[in-house]
Amino acid sequence: MRIRDRFAKTEARVAPYAFVSPFFIVFAIFGLFPLLYTAWVSLHDWSLLAGDQGYVGFANYRELFHDSDFWRALTNTVGIFLLATIPQLILATVLAQVLNARLRARTFWRMGVLLPNMTSVAAVGIIFGLISSRHYGVVNWGLGHLGVNPIDWQGHRWSSWLAISVMVDWRWTGYNALILLASLQSVPKELYEAARIDGASAWRQFWSITVPMLRPTIIFVSIVATIGGIQLFTEPLLFGSGVNAISGGNSGQYQTVAMYLVQQAFTGQRFGYASTVAWVLFLIIAVFAVINVALLRRIKSVE
Amino acid sequence: MKTKNPLLYVGLIATLIFSAGPIYFMLVMASRTNNEIVSLPPPFWVGGKLSSNVDRVFDNPDVLFGQALLNSLIVALVATVCVVLTSSLAGFAFAKLKFRGRNAMLLFVIGTMMVPVQLGLIPLYMLMTKLGLSGGLESVTLPFIVAGFGVFMMRQFAEQAIPDEMIEAARVDGASTFRIFFSIVFPALRPAAAVLGLLTFMERWNDFLWPFLTLDAEHPTVQVALSRLSSGYYSDQSLIMAGTLVGTLPLVVVFIVFGRQIIGGIMEGGLKA
Repeated sequence: MRIRDRFAKTEARVAPYAFVSPFFIVFAIFGLFPLLYTAWVSLHDWSLLAGDQGYVGFANYRELFHDSDFWRALTNTVGIFLLATIPQLILATVLAQVLNARLRARTFWRMGVLLPNMTSVAAVGIIFGLISSRHYGVVNWGLGHLGVNPIDWQGHRWSSWLAISVMVDWRWTGYNALILLASLQSVPKELYEAARIDGASAWRQFWSITVPMLRPTIIFVSIVATIGGIQLFTEPLLFGSGVNAISGGNSGQYQTVAMYLVQQAFTGQRFGYASTVAWVLFLIIAVFAVINVALLRRIKSVE
Repeated sequence: MKTKNPLLYVGLIATLIFSAGPIYFMLVMASRTNNEIVSLPPPFWVGGKLSSNVDRVFDNPDVLFGQALLNSLIVALVATVCVVLTSSLAGFAFAKLKFRGRNAMLLFVIGTMMVPVQLGLIPLYMLMTKLGLSGGLESVTLPFIVAGFGVFMMRQFAEQAIPDEMIEAARVDGASTFRIFFSIVFPALRPAAAVLGLLTFMERWNDFLWPFLTLDAEHPTVQVALSRLSSGYYSDQSLIMAGTLVGTLPLVVVFIVFGRQIIGGIMEGGLKA
């Protein structure tokens, strides 16, 4: 009996660690270690096939700093990110407000806005590549009726950025609207009623109640959007079909940093240099996340 | 009282057209010949070539589309079962068991949700090569058998779904912690486990970057097969669209059947974060 008691006690003490350990072990091996080891590889001349060619200190970072291809990719990434994220947040907030009204067929509308998110990123890239095709795409056909000449969407910087931003927003706006809706539902209805009695317009209610109340959720959504947006890869890759899609257009006009990273690592076989790109990208994401929080903190909250 | 504001419904219908439009176009183009696709005005209605286009996708010897569907199913299912199990175990421990370091460990789990671990793909590639798993399905499954999001979600659910007295009573009866988990806790966690399973399955089915980099030609997943179809060796648009349709359809079916649960899961996930 006493042995059994002791066993039970030991079991109760050890079990919690046994329960949480699968997560920590697998994450350490396949998540944390690769991320940290990236920093180590970035300090080496490391080739895909030949392996480690020796420690080079910060030489890769110095090269990156003067690499105009990297700066172009960074400009593209940040440009597309801003072009996609700002309208997306605004649209998602408005959509959340609309979905929060007492609607008929609530679930139907919610499913409708979430539908694009069920489509894979690869499918989105392929579908949008085809509808925006220069000669027979339905977008140019429609614009033609408005008197606009056919646009080579892949050909220019502005048009490719715009097309890629539309893809990102198409897939994510509804998803984010649902997250904002969830937090909107916890806003007391009396706030809106009081505002209505005071004669506040719908627009005024939106800016003075909805936006401030949603602030924490908007911060959360925009950080997630930042993490995803700065790593943008699949949409631009599949937007420009062709064997050399990784170069993001014939003059790299829509190559993102993540595409540049993969190009350096696997086409260029430069693991060390690509790791430098990865690590810098990591820092950029951190900086953007901090800026994000700082900016959105300035939205005043409801007292 | 339901809202009567017609403007609201007009806006919603416009949103719906915008979200469903591209998917509808995929269906239209997947059901047409290449000549019809490139004609002007472009076709707006579903044509009659859907089944022959789909047949051509499966008959294509270069992309192994049937194999790719099966591979995606295997990868997504294995990851789903593992994530649900490991997240339930850890979530239960964090919610209901007392142990040293609990809060710090939970904070770490939440932190992992905010760190872009995908950026470690170069060492991950080296690691997979070293383990001899590079190119195969294991390489795209193993890193995803746990998820910080899942642990956090199950913890939040376990917190309110399982009364402490239930666990105490089982302990008095001499049940071990493992026994308590499998006979009391896991059954009670089932609703949240189902939602987590759906979200995980969708995420794995749609995953692209890592499978695209690591999988070899013999082991494509659906998304990788799609990118191969469209990578310029063919300019066969109806073939590409038929493939995209077949690759998207399983998730759309899952979505139509479980839409309510999926929406609930996404909304709760955002609320708690």
